[in-house]
Amino acid sequence: MSPVIKRKGERFTIPSKYLLFILTILCITMMLVTFGTNVFNRPFNRVVGYVVIPFQQGIAKTGEWISNRSDELVQIRMLLDENAKLKEEVAALTEENTILQQDKYELNKLRKLVELDEQYGEYEKVGARIISRDSSNWYSSFIIDKGSNDGLADDMNVIAEGGLVGRITSVGPNWSRVTSIISDNSNVSAMTLATEDNLIVSGDLQLMAEGVITFTKLVDSKNAVMEGDKIVTSNISDKYLPNILIGYINTINRDANNLTKSGYITPAVDFEHLGEVLVITDLKQQIDEES
Amino acid sequence: MLRKIIVTVFIFVCFILQCSVFSNLAFAGIIPNLMIILTSSFGFMRGEEEGLLIGFVCGLLCDVFSGDFLGFYALIMMYIGYLNGKFSRIFYPEDIKLPLALIVVSDISYGVLCYSLLFLLRGRLNFPYYFTRVILPEALYTIVITMFLYPLILTVNQKLEAKEKRSAQKFV
Repeated sequence: MSPVIKRKGERFTIPSKYLLFILTILCITMMLVTFGTNVFNRPFNRVVGYVVIPFQQGIAKTGEWISNRSDELVQIRMLLDENAKLKEEVAALTEENTILQQDKYELNKLRKLVELDEQYGEYEKVGARIISRDSSNWYSSFIIDKGSNDGLADDMNVIAEGGLVGRITSVGPNWSRVTSIISDNSNVSAMTLATEDNLIVSGDLQLMAEGVITFTKLVDSKNAVMEGDKIVTSNISDKYLPNILIGYINTINRDANNLTKSGYITPAVDFEHLGEVLVITDLKQQIDEES
Repeated sequence: MLRKIIVTVFIFVCFILQCSVFSNLAFAGIIPNLMIILTSSFGFMRGEEEGLLIGFVCGLLCDVFSGDFLGFYALIMMYIGYLNGKFSRIFYPEDIKLPLALIVVSDISYGVLCYSLLFLLRGRLNFPYYFTRVILPEALYTIVITMFLYPLILTVNQKLEAKEKRSAQKFV
Protein backbone atom coordinates (compact mmCIF):
# COMPACT_ATOMS: atom_id res chain seq x y z
CA MET A 1 0.00 0.00 0.00
CA SER A 2 1.35 3.41 -0.89
CA PRO A 3 2.15 5.68 2.08
CA VAL A 4 0.61 8.71 0.36
CA ILE A 5 -2.90 7.41 -0.05
CA LYS A 6 -4.22 5.07 2.57
CA ARG A 7 -7.54 3.37 2.63
CA LYS A 8 -9.76 4.25 5.58
CA GLY A 9 -13.04 2.44 5.33
CA GLU A 10 -14.42 3.17 1.90
CA ARG A 11 -12.93 6.65 1.46
CA PHE A 12 -9.52 7.74 0.27
CA THR A 13 -7.82 10.26 2.55
CA ILE A 14 -4.52 12.06 2.21
CA PRO A 15 -2.41 12.50 5.38
CA SER A 16 -2.37 16.12 6.40
CA LYS A 17 1.35 16.66 5.90
CA TYR A 18 1.05 15.66 2.25
CA LEU A 19 -1.99 17.92 1.89
CA LEU A 20 0.06 20.75 3.43
CA PHE A 21 2.85 20.08 0.97
CA ILE A 22 0.52 20.04 -2.04
CA LEU A 23 -1.26 23.25 -0.98
CA THR A 24 2.06 24.97 -0.28
CA ILE A 25 3.20 24.26 -3.81
CA LEU A 26 -0.19 25.43 -5.09
CA CYS A 27 0.11 28.71 -3.15
CA ILE A 28 3.64 29.35 -4.39
CA THR A 29 2.62 28.66 -7.98
CA MET A 30 -0.35 31.00 -7.62
CA MET A 31 1.89 33.72 -6.20
CA LEU A 32 4.38 33.35 -9.03
CA VAL A 33 1.67 33.31 -11.69
CA THR A 34 -0.35 36.23 -10.31
CA PHE A 35 2.79 38.28 -9.71
CA GLY A 36 3.07 38.98 -13.40
CA THR A 37 -0.32 38.16 -14.89
CA ASN A 38 -3.89 38.11 -13.66
CA VAL A 39 -5.03 34.76 -15.01
CA PHE A 40 -6.50 33.54 -11.73
CA ASN A 41 -7.87 36.89 -10.64
CA ARG A 42 -10.73 36.87 -13.09
CA PRO A 43 -12.52 33.65 -11.98
CA PHE A 44 -11.82 34.36 -8.29
CA ASN A 45 -13.06 37.93 -8.55
CA ARG A 46 -16.20 36.70 -10.30
CA VAL A 47 -17.04 34.09 -7.66
CA VAL A 48 -16.34 36.48 -4.80
CA GLY A 49 -18.40 39.15 -6.52
CA TYR A 50 -21.51 37.03 -6.41
CA VAL A 51 -21.00 35.47 -2.97
CA VAL A 52 -19.55 38.16 -0.70
CA ILE A 53 -20.31 41.52 -2.27
CA PRO A 54 -24.15 41.46 -1.91
CA PHE A 55 -23.79 40.93 1.86
CA GLN A 56 -21.23 43.69 2.15
CA GLN A 57 -23.49 46.03 0.23
CA GLY A 58 -26.33 45.21 2.61
CA ILE A 59 -24.22 45.74 5.70
CA ALA A 60 -22.77 48.96 4.33
CA LYS A 61 -26.27 50.30 3.64
CA THR A 62 -27.62 49.36 7.08
CA GLY A 63 -24.54 50.75 8.80
CA GLU A 64 -24.89 53.98 6.91
CA TRP A 65 -28.58 54.21 7.76
CA ILE A 66 -27.92 53.69 11.49
CA SER A 67 -25.07 56.18 11.64
CA ASN A 68 -27.13 58.70 9.68
CA ARG A 69 -30.02 58.41 12.15
CA SER A 70 -27.76 58.86 15.18
CA ASP A 71 -25.92 61.71 13.49
CA GLU A 72 -29.20 63.44 12.75
CA LEU A 73 -30.21 63.46 16.41
CA VAL A 74 -26.88 64.83 17.54
CA GLN A 75 -26.48 67.39 14.83
CA ILE A 76 -29.83 69.18 14.66
CA ARG A 77 -28.76 71.88 17.12
CA MET A 78 -25.35 72.24 15.53
CA LEU A 79 -26.91 72.47 12.11
CA LEU A 80 -29.16 75.34 13.14
CA ASP A 81 -26.13 77.40 14.19
CA GLU A 82 -24.24 76.36 11.12
CA ASN A 83 -27.15 77.26 8.90
CA ALA A 84 -27.15 80.84 10.14
CA LYS A 85 -23.43 81.10 9.55
CA LEU A 86 -23.67 79.51 6.13
CA LYS A 87 -26.37 81.95 5.07
CA GLU A 88 -24.01 84.83 5.74
CA GLU A 89 -21.31 83.00 3.86
CA VAL A 90 -23.61 82.42 0.90
CA ALA A 91 -24.24 86.13 0.67
CA ALA A 92 -20.53 86.84 0.68
CA LEU A 93 -19.81 84.08 -1.81
CA THR A 94 -22.50 85.22 -4.22
CA GLU A 95 -20.86 88.56 -4.38
CA GLU A 96 -17.47 86.94 -4.89
CA ASN A 97 -18.93 84.68 -7.54
CA THR A 98 -20.16 87.56 -9.66
CA ILE A 99 -16.69 89.06 -9.56
CA LEU A 100 -15.15 85.70 -10.45
CA GLN A 101 -17.55 85.26 -13.30
CA GLN A 102 -16.51 88.53 -14.73
CA ASP A 103 -12.91 87.35 -14.41
CA LYS A 104 -13.75 84.10 -16.12
CA TYR A 105 -15.39 85.89 -18.99
CA GLU A 106 -12.29 87.95 -19.36
CA LEU A 107 -10.09 84.86 -19.11
CA ASN A 108 -12.03 83.09 -21.84
CA LYS A 109 -11.69 86.11 -24.07
CA LEU A 110 -7.96 86.24 -23.45
CA ARG A 111 -7.63 82.49 -24.01
CA LYS A 112 -9.29 82.82 -27.36
CA LEU A 113 -6.90 85.56 -28.14
CA VAL A 114 -3.85 83.38 -27.58
CA GLU A 115 -5.67 80.30 -28.94
CA LEU A 116 -5.18 78.37 -25.77
CA ASP A 117 -8.03 75.98 -25.38
CA GLU A 118 -8.72 74.36 -22.05
CA GLN A 119 -5.74 72.11 -21.57
CA TYR A 120 -7.59 69.11 -20.20
CA GLY A 121 -11.19 68.42 -21.12
CA GLU A 122 -13.62 67.23 -18.52
CA TYR A 123 -12.98 63.61 -17.62
CA GLU A 124 -15.83 61.07 -17.67
CA LYS A 125 -16.68 60.13 -14.10
CA VAL A 126 -18.74 57.44 -12.37
CA GLY A 127 -19.84 57.69 -8.74
CA ALA A 128 -19.39 54.66 -6.47
CA ARG A 129 -19.98 53.77 -2.85
CA ILE A 130 -17.38 52.26 -0.53
CA ILE A 131 -18.72 48.99 0.85
CA SER A 132 -15.80 47.49 2.73
CA ARG A 133 -12.26 48.09 3.90
CA ASP A 134 -9.06 46.13 3.75
CA SER A 135 -9.16 42.98 5.88
CA SER A 136 -5.61 43.50 7.15
CA ASN A 137 -4.06 46.31 9.14
CA TRP A 138 -1.02 46.73 6.90
CA TYR A 139 -2.16 48.30 3.68
CA SER A 140 -4.94 50.77 3.03
CA SER A 141 -7.37 49.75 0.32
CA PHE A 142 -11.13 49.49 0.04
CA ILE A 143 -13.85 47.88 -2.06
CA ILE A 144 -16.35 49.92 -4.08
CA ASP A 145 -19.68 48.66 -5.37
CA LYS A 146 -19.07 49.08 -9.10
CA GLY A 147 -17.00 46.88 -11.39
CA SER A 148 -16.43 45.78 -14.95
CA ASN A 149 -20.23 45.69 -15.52
CA ASP A 150 -20.23 49.47 -15.06
CA GLY A 151 -17.26 49.93 -17.36
CA LEU A 152 -14.52 50.12 -14.75
CA ALA A 153 -11.07 48.65 -15.39
CA ASP A 154 -7.67 48.31 -13.74
CA ASP A 155 -5.61 51.49 -13.20
CA MET A 156 -8.54 53.90 -13.38
CA ASN A 157 -8.03 56.92 -11.13
CA VAL A 158 -10.31 57.48 -8.16
CA ILE A 159 -11.02 60.92 -6.72
CA ALA A 160 -13.17 62.34 -3.94
CA GLU A 161 -13.72 65.81 -2.51
CA GLY A 162 -11.68 67.21 -5.39
CA GLY A 163 -8.53 65.29 -4.48
CA LEU A 164 -6.84 62.08 -5.56
CA VAL A 165 -7.83 58.97 -3.58
CA GLY A 166 -5.98 56.24 -5.45
CA ARG A 167 -6.39 53.89 -8.35
CA ILE A 168 -8.22 50.66 -9.09
CA THR A 169 -6.00 47.60 -8.63
CA SER A 170 -8.46 44.74 -9.04
CA VAL A 171 -11.83 44.48 -10.78
CA GLY A 172 -14.70 42.01 -10.39
CA PRO A 173 -18.05 42.06 -12.18
CA ASN A 174 -19.77 44.16 -9.52
CA TRP A 175 -16.91 45.36 -7.33
CA SER A 176 -13.41 46.78 -7.59
CA ARG A 177 -10.55 47.31 -5.17
CA VAL A 178 -9.07 50.77 -4.82
CA THR A 179 -5.55 51.09 -3.41
CA SER A 180 -5.35 54.51 -1.80
CA ILE A 181 -2.36 56.83 -2.08
CA ILE A 182 -1.81 56.67 1.70
CA SER A 183 -1.21 52.92 1.48
CA ASP A 184 2.34 51.91 2.30
CA ASN A 185 2.85 50.20 -1.07
CA SER A 186 1.70 53.15 -3.17
CA ASN A 187 3.91 55.61 -5.05
CA VAL A 188 2.61 58.46 -7.19
CA SER A 189 4.62 60.58 -9.57
CA ALA A 190 3.63 64.16 -8.82
CA MET A 191 4.65 67.76 -9.36
CA THR A 192 4.25 71.09 -7.65
CA LEU A 193 1.56 73.15 -9.31
CA ALA A 194 3.38 76.46 -9.13
CA THR A 195 6.87 75.49 -10.28
CA GLU A 196 6.21 72.14 -12.02
CA ASP A 197 9.02 70.40 -10.16
CA ASN A 198 8.66 66.63 -10.19
CA LEU A 199 8.57 64.56 -7.03
CA ILE A 200 7.46 61.16 -5.78
CA VAL A 201 4.60 60.89 -3.29
CA SER A 202 4.53 57.68 -1.26
CA GLY A 203 2.20 56.45 1.45
CA ASP A 204 3.61 55.47 4.82
CA LEU A 205 1.93 53.39 7.51
CA GLN A 206 4.03 55.04 10.19
CA LEU A 207 2.73 58.50 9.27
CA MET A 208 -0.86 57.46 8.58
CA ALA A 209 -1.88 58.23 12.17
CA GLU A 210 -0.64 61.81 11.78
CA GLY A 211 -2.64 62.21 8.57
CA VAL A 212 0.33 62.99 6.31
CA ILE A 213 2.14 61.20 3.49
CA THR A 214 5.75 61.57 2.42
CA PHE A 215 7.31 63.02 -0.69
CA THR A 216 10.85 62.47 -1.90
CA LYS A 217 13.17 63.32 -4.78
CA LEU A 218 12.07 66.92 -5.15
CA VAL A 219 14.74 68.74 -7.13
CA ASP A 220 14.30 72.36 -6.23
CA SER A 221 17.57 74.14 -6.88
CA LYS A 222 16.03 77.60 -6.81
CA ASN A 223 14.36 77.06 -3.43
CA ALA A 224 11.09 78.15 -4.98
CA VAL A 225 8.87 75.47 -3.44
CA MET A 226 7.25 76.66 -0.22
CA GLU A 227 5.23 75.03 2.52
CA GLY A 228 1.55 75.11 1.59
CA ASP A 229 2.23 74.69 -2.13
CA LYS A 230 -0.23 72.57 -4.08
CA ILE A 231 0.92 69.11 -5.22
CA VAL A 232 -0.81 67.59 -8.27
CA THR A 233 -0.25 64.41 -10.28
CA SER A 234 2.44 64.94 -12.89
CA ASN A 235 2.09 64.65 -16.62
CA ILE A 236 4.85 62.03 -16.79
CA SER A 237 3.02 59.51 -14.56
CA ASP A 238 1.97 56.42 -16.52
CA LYS A 239 -0.96 55.48 -14.27
CA TYR A 240 -2.37 58.79 -13.10
CA LEU A 241 -4.01 61.48 -15.18
CA PRO A 242 -2.26 64.85 -14.97
CA ASN A 243 -3.22 67.76 -12.70
CA ILE A 244 -5.33 65.96 -10.12
CA LEU A 245 -4.86 67.56 -6.71
CA ILE A 246 -3.02 65.34 -4.21
CA GLY A 247 -2.50 67.72 -1.30
CA TYR A 248 -0.48 70.54 0.18
CA ILE A 249 3.13 70.56 1.31
CA ASN A 250 3.31 70.37 5.08
CA THR A 251 7.05 70.36 5.76
CA ILE A 252 10.16 70.39 3.57
CA ASN A 253 13.52 68.95 4.59
CA ARG A 254 16.77 69.02 2.68
CA ASP A 255 18.11 65.51 2.04
CA ALA A 256 21.58 64.48 3.18
CA ASN A 257 22.81 64.49 -0.42
CA ASN A 258 22.08 68.25 -0.62
CA LEU A 259 20.54 67.81 -4.08
CA THR A 260 17.00 66.72 -3.43
CA LYS A 261 14.40 67.53 -0.84
CA SER A 262 11.82 65.43 0.94
CA GLY A 263 9.08 66.04 3.43
CA TYR A 264 5.43 65.60 4.25
CA ILE A 265 2.22 66.34 2.38
CA THR A 266 -1.22 66.82 3.88
CA PRO A 267 -3.61 64.99 1.52
CA ALA A 268 -6.58 66.92 0.15
CA VAL A 269 -8.91 64.02 0.92
CA ASP A 270 -10.02 63.00 4.40
CA PHE A 271 -9.32 59.26 4.16
CA GLU A 272 -10.83 58.55 7.58
CA HIS A 273 -14.33 59.56 6.58
CA LEU A 274 -14.73 58.49 3.00
CA GLY A 275 -18.15 57.27 1.89
CA GLU A 276 -18.53 57.93 -1.81
CA VAL A 277 -15.85 58.29 -4.47
CA LEU A 278 -15.74 59.23 -8.14
CA VAL A 279 -13.98 56.96 -10.61
CA ILE A 280 -12.53 58.63 -13.70
CA THR A 281 -13.24 56.21 -16.53
CA ASP A 282 -10.65 57.76 -18.84
CA LEU A 283 -7.34 55.96 -18.74
CA LYS A 284 -3.99 57.64 -19.10
CA GLN A 285 -2.98 55.45 -22.06
CA GLN A 286 -6.14 56.31 -24.01
CA ILE A 287 -5.37 59.97 -23.76
CA ASP A 288 -1.82 59.40 -24.93
CA GLU A 289 -3.04 57.48 -27.96
CA GLU A 290 -5.42 60.22 -28.97
CA SER A 291 -2.89 63.00 -28.81
CA MET B 1 -21.76 17.61 4.96
CA LEU B 2 -23.54 19.64 7.64
CA ARG B 3 -20.14 20.48 9.12
CA LYS B 4 -18.85 21.73 5.78
CA ILE B 5 -21.86 24.00 5.30
CA ILE B 6 -21.65 25.41 8.82
CA VAL B 7 -17.90 26.03 8.62
CA THR B 8 -18.31 27.78 5.24
CA VAL B 9 -21.04 29.99 6.70
CA PHE B 10 -18.77 30.78 9.66
CA ILE B 11 -15.91 31.79 7.37
CA PHE B 12 -18.10 34.03 5.21
CA VAL B 13 -19.87 35.72 8.11
CA CYS B 14 -16.59 36.39 9.90
CA PHE B 15 -14.94 37.73 6.77
CA ILE B 16 -17.84 40.04 5.99
CA LEU B 17 -17.92 41.23 9.62
CA GLN B 18 -14.18 41.87 9.58
CA CYS B 19 -14.34 43.93 6.39
CA SER B 20 -17.49 45.95 6.96
CA VAL B 21 -18.65 46.04 10.58
CA PHE B 22 -15.33 46.00 12.37
CA SER B 23 -13.78 48.57 10.07
CA ASN B 24 -16.38 50.96 11.49
CA LEU B 25 -15.53 49.84 15.03
CA ALA B 26 -11.78 50.20 14.51
CA PHE B 27 -9.77 51.52 17.46
CA ALA B 28 -6.99 53.80 16.20
CA GLY B 29 -7.43 52.30 12.75
CA ILE B 30 -6.81 48.75 13.95
CA ILE B 31 -9.31 45.98 13.18
CA PRO B 32 -9.34 42.56 14.87
CA ASN B 33 -8.38 39.47 12.92
CA LEU B 34 -11.40 37.15 12.96
CA MET B 35 -9.84 34.89 10.35
CA ILE B 36 -7.05 33.97 12.78
CA ILE B 37 -9.60 33.16 15.49
CA LEU B 38 -11.45 30.81 13.13
CA THR B 39 -8.34 29.18 11.69
CA SER B 40 -6.60 28.50 14.95
CA SER B 41 -9.68 27.45 16.93
CA PHE B 42 -10.75 24.93 14.28
CA GLY B 43 -7.09 23.89 14.13
CA PHE B 44 -6.74 22.95 17.78
CA MET B 45 -10.31 21.66 18.07
CA ARG B 46 -10.28 19.43 15.00
CA GLY B 47 -6.69 18.69 14.09
CA GLU B 48 -4.12 19.53 11.43
CA GLU B 49 -6.14 18.74 8.33
CA GLU B 50 -9.17 20.85 9.08
CA GLY B 51 -6.96 23.63 10.46
CA LEU B 52 -4.91 23.88 7.31
CA LEU B 53 -7.90 23.68 4.98
CA ILE B 54 -9.82 26.40 6.84
CA GLY B 55 -6.67 28.51 7.01
CA PHE B 56 -6.22 28.12 3.27
CA VAL B 57 -9.79 29.24 2.49
CA CYS B 58 -9.65 32.18 4.94
CA GLY B 59 -6.30 33.30 3.55
CA LEU B 60 -7.50 33.03 -0.03
CA LEU B 61 -10.46 35.30 0.76
CA CYS B 62 -8.08 37.89 2.23
CA ASP B 63 -5.88 37.51 -0.85
CA VAL B 64 -8.68 38.21 -3.30
CA PHE B 65 -9.75 41.31 -1.41
CA SER B 66 -6.53 42.87 -0.27
CA GLY B 67 -3.43 41.10 -1.52
CA ASP B 68 -1.31 42.18 -4.44
CA PHE B 69 -1.07 38.59 -5.58
CA LEU B 70 -2.98 35.45 -4.71
CA GLY B 71 -1.62 32.85 -2.33
CA PHE B 72 0.33 35.01 0.12
CA TYR B 73 -2.12 35.16 3.02
CA ALA B 74 -3.36 31.68 2.08
CA LEU B 75 0.11 30.27 2.67
CA ILE B 76 0.59 32.01 6.03
CA MET B 77 -2.88 31.14 7.32
CA MET B 78 -2.54 27.54 6.15
CA TYR B 79 0.63 27.01 8.18
CA ILE B 80 -0.94 28.71 11.21
CA GLY B 81 -3.91 26.34 10.99
CA TYR B 82 -1.62 23.33 10.57
CA LEU B 83 0.59 24.22 13.52
CA ASN B 84 -2.45 24.87 15.71
CA GLY B 85 -3.68 21.44 14.72
CA LYS B 86 -0.62 19.96 16.43
CA PHE B 87 -2.11 21.09 19.74
CA SER B 88 -5.37 19.20 19.26
CA ARG B 89 -3.93 16.34 21.32
CA ILE B 90 -3.67 18.43 24.49
CA PHE B 91 -6.88 20.38 23.92
CA TYR B 92 -9.80 20.04 26.33
CA PRO B 93 -13.03 21.98 25.77
CA GLU B 94 -13.17 22.97 29.46
CA ASP B 95 -9.80 24.69 29.35
CA ILE B 96 -9.88 28.30 28.15
CA LYS B 97 -6.21 29.16 28.76
CA LEU B 98 -4.73 27.09 25.95
CA PRO B 99 -7.07 28.46 23.24
CA LEU B 100 -6.49 32.07 24.31
CA ALA B 101 -2.72 31.58 24.41
CA LEU B 102 -2.72 29.83 21.02
CA ILE B 103 -4.81 32.54 19.38
CA VAL B 104 -2.60 35.34 20.74
CA VAL B 105 0.58 33.57 19.67
CA SER B 106 -0.93 32.85 16.23
CA ASP B 107 -1.99 36.47 15.73
CA ILE B 108 1.37 37.86 16.83
CA SER B 109 3.29 35.45 14.61
CA TYR B 110 0.94 36.32 11.73
CA GLY B 111 1.70 40.00 12.35
CA VAL B 112 5.45 39.45 12.55
CA LEU B 113 5.40 37.35 9.37
CA CYS B 114 3.37 40.00 7.52
CA TYR B 115 5.74 42.71 8.76
CA SER B 116 8.87 40.86 7.71
CA LEU B 117 7.56 39.83 4.29
CA LEU B 118 5.63 42.99 3.35
CA PHE B 119 7.54 45.75 5.13
CA LEU B 120 11.01 44.64 6.22
CA LEU B 121 11.88 43.52 2.71
CA ARG B 122 11.04 47.01 1.44
CA GLY B 123 13.45 48.59 3.90
CA ARG B 124 10.98 49.66 6.61
CA LEU B 125 13.26 48.85 9.52
CA ASN B 126 11.44 50.43 12.46
CA PHE B 127 10.19 47.15 13.93
CA PRO B 128 9.38 48.51 17.43
CA TYR B 129 6.97 51.03 15.91
CA TYR B 130 5.14 48.46 13.81
CA PHE B 131 5.09 46.01 16.70
CA THR B 132 3.59 48.45 19.20
CA ARG B 133 1.26 50.25 16.78
CA VAL B 134 -0.05 47.43 14.59
CA ILE B 135 0.82 43.93 15.74
CA LEU B 136 0.21 44.28 19.49
CA PRO B 137 -3.06 46.30 19.27
CA GLU B 138 -4.36 43.83 16.71
CA ALA B 139 -3.56 40.91 19.03
CA LEU B 140 -5.26 42.65 21.97
CA TYR B 141 -8.37 43.54 20.00
CA THR B 142 -8.47 40.01 18.61
CA ILE B 143 -8.35 38.58 22.13
CA VAL B 144 -11.29 40.76 23.20
CA ILE B 145 -13.31 39.47 20.23
CA THR B 146 -12.19 35.91 20.98
CA MET B 147 -13.96 36.13 24.36
CA PHE B 148 -17.26 36.40 22.47
CA LEU B 149 -16.55 34.41 19.33
CA TYR B 150 -14.68 31.43 20.75
CA PRO B 151 -17.49 30.13 23.05
CA LEU B 152 -19.81 30.26 20.03
CA ILE B 153 -17.40 28.27 17.85
CA LEU B 154 -16.84 25.80 20.69
CA THR B 155 -20.56 25.18 21.28
CA VAL B 156 -21.28 24.78 17.59
CA ASN B 157 -18.37 22.37 17.25
CA GLN B 158 -19.50 20.32 20.25
CA LYS B 159 -23.05 20.11 18.91
CA LEU B 160 -21.69 18.97 15.54
CA GLU B 161 -19.40 16.40 17.14
CA ALA B 162 -22.27 15.00 19.22
CA LYS B 163 -24.42 14.74 16.10
CA GLU B 164 -21.65 13.02 14.13
CA LYS B 165 -21.13 10.56 16.99
CA ARG B 166 -24.84 9.71 17.08
CA SER B 167 -25.06 9.11 13.35
CA ALA B 168 -21.89 6.99 13.46
CA GLN B 169 -23.37 4.82 16.22
CA LYS B 170 -26.61 4.47 14.31
CA PHE B 171 -24.61 3.36 11.28
CA VAL B 172 -22.79 0.66 13.27
